[in-house]
Amino acid sequence: MSTRESLSLEPELEPRLKLVEAGSHAEGAPRTMILNMGPQHPSMHGVFRAVVELDGETIVNVRPVVGYLHRGVEKLAEARTWAQVIPYTDRLDYISAMNNNQAYVMAVEKLAGIEVPERAELIRVIMAELNRIQSHLMFVGSFGLDLGAYTPFLYCFREREAIYDLFEMACGARLTTSYLRIGGVARDLPEGFLPKLKELLKAMPDHIQEYNNVLTGNEIFQARTKGVGYLSRETALAYSITGPMLRAAGVNYDVRKADPYSLYSRFDFEVPLGQNSDSFDRYYLRILEMQQSVRIVEQAVKALEELGPGPIQAKVSRLLKPPAGEAYAHIESPKGDLGCYVVSDGGTKPYRFRWRPPSFINLQALPEMVRGWKIADFIAIFAGVDIVLGEVDR
Amino acid sequence: MGAHQGLGAYQAIVGWMTGLGVPDWLAGILYRVGAGLLMMVFISVVVLWLIYMLRKEMGHMQLRMGPNVTGPLGLFQTVADAIKILTKEDIIPAAADRPIFMLAPFVVFFSTGMLYMVLPLAPTWIINNVNVGLLFFVAFGSLTAFGIMMAGWGSNNKYSLVGGMRSVAQIVSYEVPMVLSLLGVAMLAGTLSTGGIVGAQRHVWFILLQPLGFLIYFLCGLAETNQTPFDLPEGESELVSGFNTEYSGMRFALFYLAEFANSFAISAMITTLFLGGWHGPVLPFLPWLWPFIWFMVKTLLVVFVMYWIRSTWLRLRIDQVMSLTWKVLVPLALLNVFISVGEMAIVRVIGG
Repeated sequence: MSTRESLSLEPELEPRLKLVEAGSHAEGAPRTMILNMGPQHPSMHGVFRAVVELDGETIVNVRPVVGYLHRGVEKLAEARTWAQVIPYTDRLDYISAMNNNQAYVMAVEKLAGIEVPERAELIRVIMAELNRIQSHLMFVGSFGLDLGAYTPFLYCFREREAIYDLFEMACGARLTTSYLRIGGVARDLPEGFLPKLKELLKAMPDHIQEYNNVLTGNEIFQARTKGVGYLSRETALAYSITGPMLRAAGVNYDVRKADPYSLYSRFDFEVPLGQNSDSFDRYYLRILEMQQSVRIVEQAVKALEELGPGPIQAKVSRLLKPPAGEAYAHIESPKGDLGCYVVSDGGTKPYRFRWRPPSFINLQALPEMVRGWKIADFIAIFAGVDIVLGEVDR
Repeated sequence: MGAHQGLGAYQAIVGWMTGLGVPDWLAGILYRVGAGLLMMVFISVVVLWLIYMLRKEMGHMQLRMGPNVTGPLGLFQTVADAIKILTKEDIIPAAADRPIFMLAPFVVFFSTGMLYMVLPLAPTWIINNVNVGLLFFVAFGSLTAFGIMMAGWGSNNKYSLVGGMRSVAQIVSYEVPMVLSLLGVAMLAGTLSTGGIVGAQRHVWFILLQPLGFLIYFLCGLAETNQTPFDLPEGESELVSGFNTEYSGMRFALFYLAEFANSFAISAMITTLFLGGWHGPVLPFLPWLWPFIWFMVKTLLVVFVMYWIRSTWLRLRIDQVMSLTWKVLVPLALLNVFISVGEMAIVRVIGG
């Protein structure tokens, strides 16, 4: 069987697998079956592969296999100038390009000691929060899709389109925006951006109510997700899980509050927490977070209008040469605590570029969560982690 | 309407043929072959319409348009798809159990097609008004499980196998409350013949007397046809495409055809048993056509509700599906049997 040849399975799985292949009728032979899910599978969110050991429909063990989308971004960055790295960060977690940009430029600004103008910071906050809403919409839609509901997916995509249209207005790109620059943003918000954004913000509560009507309140949805995929607070902390998954376990950790960056200390918002640490909590937290993001954007828009026009870019030399040293910046990305570590040797290129991918780290707890559940639950639990393979494999 | 009772198409057409000098045995064979062909045409047309209807309905519920480019209002989209699928390569996996793999779609399609033999489309439009029509319908309905199981096993694919197993577990379990819920109707009508059951609803539709039975049968019908929320055998996000993962071309088309034909048959049965079948006001214009129109309108309404559910609900888990049958539906169906007995007693007292 190709499964065994292509990877070495966990030690305790190996002998059992041999028995399965030997004909399985031997004394003490397991009644399990190895199911290879992915890398090509409708709900593996890209090219994730899970080697699932099944007893009937019940999962005995799971071994995640990642790396199919590895592009060596961290190494590539060493051969580019500081500014040229920004487009690479878009392609890590490609659902939240703005947030990725932000983590990187913040690290470089810290390293080079660059002060970002207030207007640029406000625009960054607006973009980052819009991107969070957009990423969570993607999550809500695909979570429903993985559970068998096709309709909410398209509802979510309607608002995602609106947000992408706004991105397109601001920077010409929709998915891989590369909008942020070291020391500011690429260009000022165009005319007509703010009215369109306000329209969206006004409609958003109704739309969220729609998702609640069509998905959250659905009896079957609740039966499928409540109590499924429990992850204890201790395990979550031990695996250094962050983001909505950690908050679903009741741990109040949000980088925006715990280590405020940009202008977040200025805004009034709450960090929703879960209690049951199950798939439903992980889903519902994201709905609540969207509401909070709407609040932040509303405040940021107001602040931006009060501030009036101004510079959007600090004075940064064309060929930036940060002083030798290192810097680490982290932000609350939609997936969790996203960190960027950069080392400079005083040259025009990063000496080392390192990414702390929340998706990858959150994914490590998958086997803990799915053991003993059914195949269908595996999908529900896996979808609840909300990974983007671009970030997992880098 | 009552005057037409017992005047099946069989006697009429065979009688007409023998009148023309055709021997009895030949007339019987000709009738059956002709009826079979007619049913094939009917199924094809109905399925073409159902696929179009599903796409349009789901489209509008999902903020989309549905097909609207191919032909007027996108009506030819399904035809175009059918042509495409028929010209595709028929792939049989090297490791498949060939005879079983090749036979499976035909078993599924055959058992579905047989369901149409007992559907009373209009007072005389029933191919075979057998006196155990209901039993016949239930029997061939559950035969589908065989075909799906064969597909799951013969594909030699783990997803297919799990899908096939799920399907068998589901269909076999849902047979129980389904048959029990039909018991009430059979008791009230006093017959198992589908034509007779429609006739018995002359005054009052059975949905009014058997609301519980209707609900149970509707749910079981969804499970029987593998539709949301019971679409586990093909559960796309889990099992890729379930039992039909390895199928392509014409063989896949047969599964697809059977799926839609099956949902129509179940809806038609719901109409027959609970919604008064072809009963409805007959207008002077083309009086012989109206019963058929009423039958189709009611059936398509039931199909509409099925697709409505399909576009708004999600899939249950296998253990939830099982506990729903055995712990909820079976006791309710038994309760329904008792209610039916009570109703029968009341009817007898009134003397109706």
